[in-house]
Amino acid sequence: MSAVEIAAAVRAGERSARSVVEEHLAAIEAREGELHAFNLVLADQALAAADAVDAAVAAGQDPGPLAGVPVALNDNLCTTGIPTTCSSKILEGWRPPYDATVVERLRGAGAVAIGKTNLDEFAMGSSTENSAFGPSRNPHDPTKVPGGSSGGSAVAVAAGFAPLALGSDTGGSIRQPAALCGVVGMKPTYGRVSRYGLVAFASSLDQIGPFAGTVADAAALYEAIAGHDPADSTSIPEPLDPVTHRLGEGVDGLRVGVVKELLDIEGIAPDVAARARAAAEALEAAGAKVEEVSVPAVIYGLSAYYLIAPAEASSNLARYDGVRYGLRVDAPTTGEMYDRTRTAGFGPEVMRRIMLGTYALSAGYYDAFYGKAQKVRTLIIRDFEAAYERCDVLLSPTSPTTAFELGAKADPLAMYLNDVCTIPSNLAGHPAISVPFGVGDDGLPVGVQVMANALDEVTMFRVAAALEGAVR
Amino acid sequence: MASLSRDEVAHVAKLARLQLTDEQLDTFTPQLAAILGHAADVEALQLDDVPPTAHPYPLVNVMRPDVARDAGIRDAVLAQAPEAEDGMFRVPPVLGEAP
Repeated sequence: MSAVEIAAAVRAGERSARSVVEEHLAAIEAREGELHAFNLVLADQALAAADAVDAAVAAGQDPGPLAGVPVALNDNLCTTGIPTTCSSKILEGWRPPYDATVVERLRGAGAVAIGKTNLDEFAMGSSTENSAFGPSRNPHDPTKVPGGSSGGSAVAVAAGFAPLALGSDTGGSIRQPAALCGVVGMKPTYGRVSRYGLVAFASSLDQIGPFAGTVADAAALYEAIAGHDPADSTSIPEPLDPVTHRLGEGVDGLRVGVVKELLDIEGIAPDVAARARAAAEALEAAGAKVEEVSVPAVIYGLSAYYLIAPAEASSNLARYDGVRYGLRVDAPTTGEMYDRTRTAGFGPEVMRRIMLGTYALSAGYYDAFYGKAQKVRTLIIRDFEAAYERCDVLLSPTSPTTAFELGAKADPLAMYLNDVCTIPSNLAGHPAISVPFGVGDDGLPVGVQVMANALDEVTMFRVAAALEGAVR
Repeated sequence: MASLSRDEVAHVAKLARLQLTDEQLDTFTPQLAAILGHAADVEALQLDDVPPTAHPYPLVNVMRPDVARDAGIRDAVLAQAPEAEDGMFRVPPVLGEAP
């Protein structure tokens, strides 16, 4: 059953939320040991929340649009009194004193939090192998990675542990694992979804977004969490355009641009590029006007991102010093305590990014690296603006390859190249979605990315729905 | 900038308050050099006339009335601290450290 179907059945009193949760807990029980989607399964809390939903229905109340739907939460979203680890040793034992806005909104919509999902430490990575608690595994082939950073959430949806999940996307951390696990994953326009209670990685790039088995489910989850929040000063005040009732409008007359640079940039596998071309043909057959477009500056996106994101991370992660929460390694002085705590608490990838960011921001290198990267960000935004004058949406592969073996990308730079197609939308602040579109030569899922201009989630979702229809 | 030296990495680690072992320095130095080497494409661009973008949207300050209120979570926050005393976070001695 899809999330939309579950909610309809629970609201109508045809199915109990408890039975829905029990069914998903059984699925978790069966395969979680093999896949490691979760850092924590909230079995008791989920059953209690389900009972509250059922009681509301019995009392003639409407529990909300996601009534009784289990949702897996990325473990960098704050949950009151429930450990929130970011898959890092440095947050050991921490229980947040407040809920993230998205967690509150989900509860308000009647959804049931079923667990906290594994991720690359502090969302830094593309495979979940950087988790301090061990990697998650791809349900389609457990010798392969699920992608990352929000890999556990992608696994949870792909394995049927939850119909919906939330992840965070800074450079592709929702869309890439969605592609590798064969599910839908979407990054909203920057500012569309409140970041209040999302543990910060790179504040000018981070967005929370949905994972789902279908485009309609992703749209329903997006609608439940999006909208202005006074607690996030970067939250967009404009009212939300509802999307769920517009998914069936089709693509007749829409202008679709296939981004030329993202079909032949470093590392794009031919079978993946072929699926993106096939997606373009499917949209053309459905009535869209398809053309190849150039967005020249995207070729600099990867380099710019790996200066900007670490720079912001080096600042955001300065707060982990052993004083107020999480791990502390004792020492005779406070300064020594900082050093020992951070050294013991952070894994190698987080250390690399903190050092990279510290370097890019340091005297003598600021202009050459961080300053230049910010200017490239301007170029990318300008080039997108020009492309969106010709096109309503843009199309590309989501990830350069299908899922790869655990341990295959031990070289950090090789891992970073996974994000080459997804990064440009983060730098521009635009929405983008990955839709499963067939399989590669190895039989593993391939995702196609639909990008749209800022705040145009409606058109993006319409095209995604058309692609989903075409592949079925 | 692919010529990042081991000493520079050691200096950056110190600024970032990380104590790296010799082994870690040996591993991280070529890795960081390779990443910065990839960024040579950005470094080489002539962008004097291009303004920087720090943020995808123009940000404006969000103001609220400056009214003191009790958030009611002081004890919950302090309960999370590795060490707390008299309503404050407790740390090891600060004075007497080298700068």
